Amino acid sequence: MAGILVYALTNEGAINKNSLGAVSQAAKLAGELGTEAHAVVVGNVDDAAAGSLGEYGAAKVFRAKDAPEGVSTPAVDVLAKLFADNDYDYAIFGGGLLGFEIGAGLAARIGAGITAEVTGVKVEGGKLVAQRPILGDSLISESNYKGKGVLIGRTNAFEATKSGSAASVEDITVELSEQAGKVRLVKRGEQRGADINIEDANVLVAGGRGLGAAEGFQLAEDLAAAFGGGAAVGATRAVVDAGWFPYAGQIGQTGKTVAPKLYVAAGISGAIQHKVGMQGSENIIAINKDANAPIFEFSDLGIVGDVQKVMPALTEAVKAKKGS
Amino acid sequence: MKIAVLVKEVPDAAVEKRIDGSGRLDRSGEKNLNPYDTHAIEAAVQLKEGGTIPVEEIVAITAGPAGAERALHKAVSLGADRSVLLSDDAVAGSDVIATGYALAKLLERESPDLVLLGQQSDDGENYTIGAVVGEFLGYPSLTQVVKMDIAGETITAERQAEYGYDTVEIDLPAVISVGDAINEPRYPSLKAIMGAKKKPLEKVTIADAGIEADKVGAAGSRIDCGNFTEPPKKSGGTIIEDEDTSATVEQIVAWLDERKLI
Repeated sequence: MAGILVYALTNEGAINKNSLGAVSQAAKLAGELGTEAHAVVVGNVDDAAAGSLGEYGAAKVFRAKDAPEGVSTPAVDVLAKLFADNDYDYAIFGGGLLGFEIGAGLAARIGAGITAEVTGVKVEGGKLVAQRPILGDSLISESNYKGKGVLIGRTNAFEATKSGSAASVEDITVELSEQAGKVRLVKRGEQRGADINIEDANVLVAGGRGLGAAEGFQLAEDLAAAFGGGAAVGATRAVVDAGWFPYAGQIGQTGKTVAPKLYVAAGISGAIQHKVGMQGSENIIAINKDANAPIFEFSDLGIVGDVQKVMPALTEAVKAKKGS
Repeated sequence: MKIAVLVKEVPDAAVEKRIDGSGRLDRSGEKNLNPYDTHAIEAAVQLKEGGTIPVEEIVAITAGPAGAERALHKAVSLGADRSVLLSDDAVAGSDVIATGYALAKLLERESPDLVLLGQQSDDGENYTIGAVVGEFLGYPSLTQVVKMDIAGETITAERQAEYGYDTVEIDLPAVISVGDAINEPRYPSLKAIMGAKKKPLEKVTIADAGIEADKVGAAGSRIDCGNFTEPPKKSGGTIIEDEDTSATVEQIVAWLDERKLI
């Protein structure tokens, strides 16, 4: 049957939220196409978790228990086998690093067209058309597939909605390719640095490269402290990778998704990878010395200025206001 | 061992990028080497200098218009020993899969032990080409790597994925795309810039590389892109130029107060 196959990313047996969103999106599209959406999990995922994909719209769930998870090639082998056996037209991924890798590998292997960073999908003439922002989100481009298509969603682009009941889980055995043995996961999901909670904060002060150095985060800590209880400090991927701030405080594509009442972006340029993790914030203030920084395009209040000057002054002003 | 670095020429960061009349990126303005690729070249040079494993040669490879020579000169000034340019009109308009196929064919001529590239291009924002090239070559691949250690025929790589930092072993030959946190690329010396044009630059056609014409270009691509539209504009926020900081913070506090955020 022609249909849609969704790869569901898992970690320690739990299914990724963006994958649930991809299943919901696929189920809706399959309905419009008059076909079914199926899902596949790779690795040791129990019946309850795998079957729960049915609640988000998967008519059937496949499970490749013996294939290693956390690296792409074994998953490409599994998805390519399912495409060969079931003649799907499309594969949809919820995004993320593995979603990009598996989707790209699958497209190359089966000769499908590929679209990354997809933010919307529609049905036209019995086919899927993928929409993605290009050129720094200044334009939306539409991808029309000549044959089969692989669609990789942007982080948080697809919403997970429950629409059905648990699906039956079918175990499959796939002979892995030679390449699959050449990539081995040694350690997965290592947390580095202190454990901090940013997801429950009402006010989040986030710092980027513009803070200059690890010590620059004191400016963010001070402002958060001035706001008082319910305020926390977060960071961009660039500064986490640079070792300025712990991983648990990272906001964006490979970090956490936050939506506080107030988000203060200090010295953050506003790259897409960051934006997808914080654009749901109710009020966004950005402070950046570069007037052309993309962050100003999606902030409610933008301050073009030096964080070293503005942040301490703002901290004092917030303290004074709180004290009054 | 031999390292191939895939590079790309992209519109300079300062140039406003736009789509031309044929639905492709307008590449007429100032161009530069894709900033992410400079990290891949630096990673290759550090492996060569590190001495853990002897590196005989670093080759920079690109597919692009004739003008892309400049990007290759820059790659050589940053440490590549020579470069290869696939410049053929047949390749223009290729999608990710067709481009990956063409690059894989170029790499087959070189049979490198390691293929490095930047994790994304400044203009395409795709993250996917490394995995596509790896698949066509039959090499294992990893993307967004921020740390590499080499021992014998195996690289131990670290990268940030959905759940934290992952450590992965990958056997050579392999394709690895690197993130910008992997290193701080050095600036080329004046001598290296002057010498770059004297290093070998080989220009090849699709026939030279054994690339089948019907698998590249717009006709060989599996998607048609078009119908470009502007996204809905978010109601523009207020912008304050900080000239007098005490006045600026007064405005911020008033703004916060108005929204009961303080």
